[in-house]
Amino acid sequence: MNAMTRRSGAIPLLGSVGAGRATAGQVVLALGILVFLVLFLVWPVATVIWVAFTEKGTGAFTLVNFYDFARTDLFVRAFWNSFYVSAMAVVFASAFALPLAYITSRFAFRGAAVIQILGFLPLIMPPFVGAVALQLFFGRNGSINLLLDDWFGFKVPFMEGLNGVVFVQSIHYFPFILINLSAALRNIDRAMEEAAQNLGSSGFRLFRRIVFPLALPGYVAGASLVFVKVFDDLATPLLLNVKDMLAPQAYLRVTSIGITDPMGYVISVVLIVTSVAAMWAASLATRNIDYATVQRGGGGLVRRSLKPWETVAAYAVIAVILLLVLAPHFGLLLLSFATIWSFSPLPDAYTVAHYARVFGESSLYIKNTLIYASLAGLIDIAVGTAIAYLVLRTKLPGRASLDTIATAALAIPGIVLGIGYLRSYYGVELWDGTPLASLWIVIVLALAIRRLPYALRACHAALQQISVSLEEAAENLGATKMRTVRRVVIPLMTGGLAAGFVTSFATAAVELSATLMLVQSNADAPLAYGLYVFMQSPAGRGAGAALGVIAVVIVAASTVLSQLLVERDRRSKAGHS
Amino acid sequence: MSRRPIWLLAALVGFALPFAAQAQTPGGKVSIVTSYSKDLTDPIKKAFQAAMPGITLDVQNRNTNAGVKYLEETKANNQVDIFWASAPDAFEALKGKTLLQKYTPKATGIPAKIGQFPINDPDGFYFGFAASGYGIMWNERYVKAKKLPEPKEWQDLAAPAYFDHVSMAAPSRSGTTHLTIETVLQGEGWDKGWATLKAVSGNFREVTERSFGVPEAVNSGQVGYGIVIDFFAFSSQATGFPVKFVYPSVTTIVPANIGIVANAPNKAGAEAFIEFLLSPKGQEILFDPGIRRLPVNPSVYAKAPAGYPNPFTDPRLNSMVKFDVKTSEHRNNVVDALFDQIVTFQLADLKGATRAIEDAETALAKKDNPQARALVTEARALVAAMPVTEAEASAGETTGAFTGGKKKEKGARQAELEQTWAAFAKEHYAQAKTKAEEALKLAK
Repeated sequence: MNAMTRRSGAIPLLGSVGAGRATAGQVVLALGILVFLVLFLVWPVATVIWVAFTEKGTGAFTLVNFYDFARTDLFVRAFWNSFYVSAMAVVFASAFALPLAYITSRFAFRGAAVIQILGFLPLIMPPFVGAVALQLFFGRNGSINLLLDDWFGFKVPFMEGLNGVVFVQSIHYFPFILINLSAALRNIDRAMEEAAQNLGSSGFRLFRRIVFPLALPGYVAGASLVFVKVFDDLATPLLLNVKDMLAPQAYLRVTSIGITDPMGYVISVVLIVTSVAAMWAASLATRNIDYATVQRGGGGLVRRSLKPWETVAAYAVIAVILLLVLAPHFGLLLLSFATIWSFSPLPDAYTVAHYARVFGESSLYIKNTLIYASLAGLIDIAVGTAIAYLVLRTKLPGRASLDTIATAALAIPGIVLGIGYLRSYYGVELWDGTPLASLWIVIVLALAIRRLPYALRACHAALQQISVSLEEAAENLGATKMRTVRRVVIPLMTGGLAAGFVTSFATAAVELSATLMLVQSNADAPLAYGLYVFMQSPAGRGAGAALGVIAVVIVAASTVLSQLLVERDRRSKAGHS
Repeated sequence: MSRRPIWLLAALVGFALPFAAQAQTPGGKVSIVTSYSKDLTDPIKKAFQAAMPGITLDVQNRNTNAGVKYLEETKANNQVDIFWASAPDAFEALKGKTLLQKYTPKATGIPAKIGQFPINDPDGFYFGFAASGYGIMWNERYVKAKKLPEPKEWQDLAAPAYFDHVSMAAPSRSGTTHLTIETVLQGEGWDKGWATLKAVSGNFREVTERSFGVPEAVNSGQVGYGIVIDFFAFSSQATGFPVKFVYPSVTTIVPANIGIVANAPNKAGAEAFIEFLLSPKGQEILFDPGIRRLPVNPSVYAKAPAGYPNPFTDPRLNSMVKFDVKTSEHRNNVVDALFDQIVTFQLADLKGATRAIEDAETALAKKDNPQARALVTEARALVAAMPVTEAEASAGETTGAFTGGKKKEKGARQAELEQTWAAFAKEHYAQAKTKAEEALKLAK
């Protein structure tokens, strides 16, 4: 038995909700989102990216820059390197995420919640200081290699070349898959599984034929995010000094002083086009299949208890993965207590002086970070749900382009967005003469735009799993469209929304590239900026690490809190029904 | 600089004068954009606010590139008073875009030049407040563990023992590194200078994209040696890292600068801050262990801690090559792009060739073979070969490809030049590697 229905036969049914004619409300919603995206994404970016299509010096329109791109060996090599790294990162990230997601949602397992929480920690890697911690742990002369060299006389090049980038990226971004896949697994209709079991399916076959296919939207959402994020990420390649990849090439060219080089912007255009194409390919993979299941509330897989040897095996797998992916955080923690740590497996001595140094000023940074990141996360799930709803539940012409535009944000280097905001909104003055771009809300908008694709994918996957027939039922019983969305769709999407909020919130809290351009004064600065300031001097390293640890703890605590709230909400709803 | 910006600037200054005259007593908020860390800005901020109770400093920390871009994008509604950073080329870029305004500091006792380098911008748009020299920094634990030598000169770093142990920032990313490259090119001449640079670069572990990446890697022991500006080494030592530092005899002492932004909302406050920084009191703060810059006022060295380098008396720091600022500025972009295309982005190939040559030379040292020696010489020449001559590098066609002047240049586009240079380097490195490998076979 196959749990999926081919959609070919289901189209008339699907089409019946809101499909016949676009309602006025839908049109207004779509236009509102379009205006939002144009104002805060398309226009600011266009003012910067436009350079790619102009001739240097004269500024006349030309496509010669793209011709130059294709003829430059370095760029072509960089393109394929980026492609290779992204694809491999998806493979390894899946290898980390699948066991964790499966074990925690499939079995009655003590500490499943802890694993879910620890599992998303890698996403919260503060800039700069995270890099130092990683090098101290996995680098050429990091703890592990120094010990290996000492004991066995060999070293493992964890952080060298393209494969080093693959390694670090898989550790960093695998939570995208874990979070989305776990949310999807929790939403699977238990009846499907039971039906399959009654028909004699079990074990791995049950997983391969029933469970995994039903969770596929979540997996694809996560995997495509990993691919695109790795393709567009510049921090890790730069940290490993790998420069022949696309994103670092764009960054190095856009940020050079005094040179007006269109190639940096040409590369940005290539990044955007490739990212959108990858997302489109991912959506093709799940398009013609209906993943929705009807049963809700207290759903999810039946939790089976483990036999003793299975428990041991499960714990072993989890321990290995967690040790590996949390090593950077452990390194960060050590660094924050270290006096001097140089060419040795462990620091020379320990101190709490760094925490004392950051204690006074960090409260302001923390407050700002919490405000900015949670506002950005809320904006993201609101806009993300709206876009997902328009795309999946309406037949508005051009609705897919909203998704495309929002997704393209993933490929915009933060620095380009930052410059675009200054260019578009610094000239706009408020009544008292302060430039619009100098308000802190602009930082929130930049963060929201940069993290929107994460939330969007999560919302999209969540909505994809809900059967339209539930909405039809509500509407048949006389509920208005608004009321249906509010009382039926949103509550059912809670898990996915939480996943979206968490990814947006957690990553926005440690974002720096766009922020660095937009922070106007210390009073408005978030944690990542304070960290950056510390990490510019040898004496600031320990203090930076301490601030980094504080950032991780704060973000983790807020995330856990939001997940607890969702859980409680879910339980209370399940109780009522 | 073309005539138009000067005219514009004159108009701006003339327009701003009456307003500046009104603001007699400095006060209010002074906004500073700086690339300096808290370790430098905090002590100075504290001392300044204590000396001038009416003024508060708002220090915004951005890296140099971001700072320049920021001023450029916000010029229509500028809120910043002061730009404060090391790299002279950043100030040149700002000056060229008329984003700075003229000022004549009243502070006395500061000479016109430090070594060969003028302390203040001859046009009066920015002023040196501290000096720094380039040198080699190394991690003692690393060097001891791997039994490596201690270098004294740039050329030392070209020896086989240093292979894969050295790090430097890309000159296109670090204005001060650019000056070091230019010093070598001017001191040794274009061809010989590039040969030295490439011989040293062949031993690089990495070319970092930010200046601070180098001391960071040396401090944590990821690389052994770093080509760095002195204060990175001094402040690392002050923090307790096991590092040492040496000035090679061919080095350059460059000023770190400060300038007033055009249309500064608080010009009087900005001037007060600059005067404070240049006063003996301000200069003495530079001795702070977390800062460790060289003051530009020779008299304050009387209060320097023991063993502090003094660029005005230390013969090592005075025997510098003559440095022609105009030549450097003119070909700035070309030299940076050349370095990136033939070293930074070809590092793997360059290292491959260097390794093969070093292996062959080691073998030859044990057992000589004239034929093999000739091949090694050829291989060295192939690595050293440059795609452009000094004259071509400074020609208007080449420099125009990078600056993108208003009038259309006839020459090749930047991307075309870069591709040609990169292809040239790649091919030559491959040939050099083949020759060196042949030599190794003969020598065995």
